[in-house]
Amino acid sequence: MGFLIDGFNQLQTWLLILLSPLNITEPVLQFMLVSAILGLSIYLTLYTGMFSLANGGFMAIGAYVSVLLTQQAGWSLSLSILTGMIVAGIIAVPIGLPVLRLRDIYLAIATIGFGEVVRIMALNFDDLVESFIKWMVQKEILFDSLISRAETSDMLDITIRDNGNVRVNFELLGGARGIKGIPVMAETWMLVLFLIIVIYFIIRLHRSRLGRAMAAIRQDEQAASNMGIDVVYVKNVVFVLSAMIAAAAGGLSGHLTRIIDPSNYGFDLVVDILAYAVLGGTQTWAGPVIGAMVLRALPETLRGFSELRGLINGLILLGAIVYLPSGLVDIKGFRGLVAYFRNNRTQRKEMVKDNANT
Amino acid sequence: MDLLTSTTVQQIINAVSVGAIYALFALGYALVFSILGVLNLAHSAIFMWGAFIGMLALDPEKAPILIAFSIAALLLSIPSILLEKRIVQPQLLRLPHQSQRFVGLIVRVVALYLLWQIGRPIYGILIGILPETMIIPAIIAFVFSVLGGGILSVILEFTAFRPLRARNAARLAQLVSSIGAALVLVNVAQIAFDWLYNRTEGYYPRDVQLLPFIPTETWIIGDLRITPIRVVILVIALGLMVALQYMVTKTQIGQQMRAVAFNQRISSLLGIDVSRVYIVTFFLAGAFGGAAGMLFGMVFLNVTPFIGESIALVGLTAIVLGGLGSINGAVLGGFIVAFIQTASVTFGGSSYRNAIVFILLFLVLLLRPQGILGQAEENRA
Amino acid sequence: MPILELKHVSRHFGGLLALEDVNMIVEVGKVVGLIGPNGAGKTTMINNISGLDHPTNGEILFQGQAIHKQTPHKITQIGITRTYQNIRLFGDMTAHDNLLIGQHARGRATLLESLFFLPRYLEEERTLRQRATELLAQFGLEHVTNTLAGTLSYGDQRRLEMARALAANPKLILLDEPTAGMNPTETHELGEQILRLRAMGITILVIEHDMSLIHQVCDEVYVLNFGCMIAQGTPTEIRANPLVIEAYLGVDEDSRSPRLHT
Ligand SMILES: Nc1ncnc2c1ncn2[C@@H]1O[C@H](COP(=O)(O)OP(=O)(O)OP(=O)(O)O)[C@@H](O)[C@H]1O
Ligand SMILES: [Mg+2]
Repeated sequence: MGFLIDGFNQLQTWLLILLSPLNITEPVLQFMLVSAILGLSIYLTLYTGMFSLANGGFMAIGAYVSVLLTQQAGWSLSLSILTGMIVAGIIAVPIGLPVLRLRDIYLAIATIGFGEVVRIMALNFDDLVESFIKWMVQKEILFDSLISRAETSDMLDITIRDNGNVRVNFELLGGARGIKGIPVMAETWMLVLFLIIVIYFIIRLHRSRLGRAMAAIRQDEQAASNMGIDVVYVKNVVFVLSAMIAAAAGGLSGHLTRIIDPSNYGFDLVVDILAYAVLGGTQTWAGPVIGAMVLRALPETLRGFSELRGLINGLILLGAIVYLPSGLVDIKGFRGLVAYFRNNRTQRKEMVKDNANT
Repeated sequence: MDLLTSTTVQQIINAVSVGAIYALFALGYALVFSILGVLNLAHSAIFMWGAFIGMLALDPEKAPILIAFSIAALLLSIPSILLEKRIVQPQLLRLPHQSQRFVGLIVRVVALYLLWQIGRPIYGILIGILPETMIIPAIIAFVFSVLGGGILSVILEFTAFRPLRARNAARLAQLVSSIGAALVLVNVAQIAFDWLYNRTEGYYPRDVQLLPFIPTETWIIGDLRITPIRVVILVIALGLMVALQYMVTKTQIGQQMRAVAFNQRISSLLGIDVSRVYIVTFFLAGAFGGAAGMLFGMVFLNVTPFIGESIALVGLTAIVLGGLGSINGAVLGGFIVAFIQTASVTFGGSSYRNAIVFILLFLVLLLRPQGILGQAEENRA
Repeated sequence: MPILELKHVSRHFGGLLALEDVNMIVEVGKVVGLIGPNGAGKTTMINNISGLDHPTNGEILFQGQAIHKQTPHKITQIGITRTYQNIRLFGDMTAHDNLLIGQHARGRATLLESLFFLPRYLEEERTLRQRATELLAQFGLEHVTNTLAGTLSYGDQRRLEMARALAANPKLILLDEPTAGMNPTETHELGEQILRLRAMGITILVIEHDMSLIHQVCDEVYVLNFGCMIAQGTPTEIRANPLVIEAYLGVDEDSRSPRLHT
């Protein structure tokens, strides 16, 4: 393993030197890789014909869970990210079961709503716990254990004034300020490794029964169910898988920077993820990966435009959907083009033959 | 006891006026959805632009800029529309099919750049002619907001929706393009804010007198304090809604709109100019969004490029509650959301205001996706 | 022995009675025809049997087991497949892949097995592919194995849809106007195909407007009109039944096809 990582680091150094004319530095590369993973998470659902925009919410869950585990509980990175993925996957089940009955726009709206609820929960979690503990203290429920907990923990602070006023201070998620001082444990090779694993997973998925069922559901849900495909089951499995991939992206990216806060996971993020898929196209897994990389690299490459990132994103989204409906990675278009030229050539040959005959 | 009831009444008054704004905003969503079957997520950006334009018009120092810009844009728009219709489109059609889109994109980007370069000196001349400060009556500023919203919305129809319809794209593609359009509009506003105010924030003047003859001082009736602006908002919003209702049910264009909403193909077979109906619908939707934006600014005073974000989801909840595409439902939904928000602020604190709206949205979608006034659709095999 | 039994089945859409108190018995190994004018409720009946739609009242029994509340995929798994009046192939997939999807219910390998190329996955994939190839040959579709289903000719699409319905190894196949849009030669060939399926022991319920096909393949015919079952009998009996003639009123009784094609 050790020499592999060394080899990778060598490769990375060279890659970064090659990419330096494009202004791609290591943090940018990391950002591109995380985005590619996110792109694959939305690819799975879109490929199944589900317009779910819950990825931001699951990314937040993955990030918060794994960051808390490494920072507060001292777990290893891989284990905490895995736990984050599992938690997101478990939460995806009760969300998916009712929500995935909805179709296109309704599904989009409901999943946007889910993402916002997650964000607002992260924002207000500390407040909520505070008011709850305050209520418990006032009602003297579990009074002693709370007080002793408060004495040992630096998360919880309880002060009781002489006049009976109770002040509770609880800090875990940090509200709008977020979590600070996260250990920077993730490295580029981990991102690359995870991306490769996900791509392998998806390639194998496409060649499995489940993968074929996904494509069938996208094309005609009712006909798929008449083929013996349990549509509800497949949709939920895909939703869970997509949630887990997004959560992993959250866990990894959470350990790239020292700070995460709820504003990282708002509607903007969802729009970005959608833009990866739209720009790249969703005919194959390569679409969202390339879309994500391009979209992330562009503002850096076009330095001086970095304040215009939002504008460029919007223009690309608009331009891609209007002018590039199949995305950058357009296999069908490419095949069509090849066929077009081939036809041209055979036609030309035939013309030559005809000429020769006459 | 007395205090409690008077605060309750106060809350109700506030909720009703905010509800009127929400309803006005949600109407735009509902109009476009009912006709096009697509959710125009850029509607909230138009709302924001409405608030922004109104703010500029009310600011004596910024008003000349707004006016000069509008005139320059108007002057340029006529030749450029002619150019597009007479020359660009016919020429594009003569190109081979595969390259039409790409060439079209390039041509339009170049054209926009040229327009920008031509527009700048025109703007410079105009701003030189106009006085440094101008005081515009509030009602004219309101008209600016309404027209601005309407025109922006029509531009969206041409750039973001029409090309997709032309190739029969999925409804989701239209949703995505509306998100793209929203991003563009918000970011342009950000640049404009930066340029005009040196920060991404601006304020409405207090006590704007939108309707003549109505005093602007706060009315104090017993324990109640009513700012007249809230009443004015209610009056204007209700007036616009009634006008819309009249238009949709009684006029010819309204009948055509309903026909197109029912079935586009049949409508065009019946000789209805569907494209005109679209333009009118988008204009109306944008006008309502712009109006809602200005009224919002007058109540909450603070305007940023991001005010659309929170109302976007509020509006979404309102139309989902009322039944997507139902016009009366949107109004009802707007008021319901406003009441729930007000109640949640009273009982739970303001930080849960949005959370409650979302949870509501979520529940409605799961339990009754067709909304309160909508009807369940049977799916055909 | 009945394989399929409809007992007092009704399906109402609001005030519209698409099916009203329909009773029907399909015997094992028979080819049963279902005819009736436009809007009689034939497709609705097939939708209800295949689980895409559910009866308002009554029950549907398959091999004695109630299925009218089942989901479509369960119904397919216990042995009923179908085709559609308006072809519903997976147009973005090749003909071959359509037949793999058709065999979905037969597969057992899990995602994990396919991730790591475990033997059961490899073995199963091989048999599925082999069967798909056989089916293509059986329906004369070898030449379009790797063509996208959406780009096939009309007749090929119809045949592929039938092959796909057969792929799941069903006991009962429901065919919804399988010859719509075919010329007489193609129709006759399809009839022979149906008889071959019957020889394999598969029961068939076929909706058909073409009386020549009905005569060619059906052991028994049911007639539906305005949601009600108005007649039942052998093809010859049905042709002579005055009720049936009345249902098709306005169409020349002597013509081979009692109903105008639409
Ligand atoms: N989902 C639905 N909702 C409402 N009405 C329906 C639905 N499905 C079918 N119907 C109605 O039920 C009646 C029977 O339709 P069905 O499609 O079963 O007729 P059919 O016998 O198959 O006719 P055809 O020969 O044209 O295929 C028709 O009047 C149709 O409009
Ligand atoms: Mg039918």
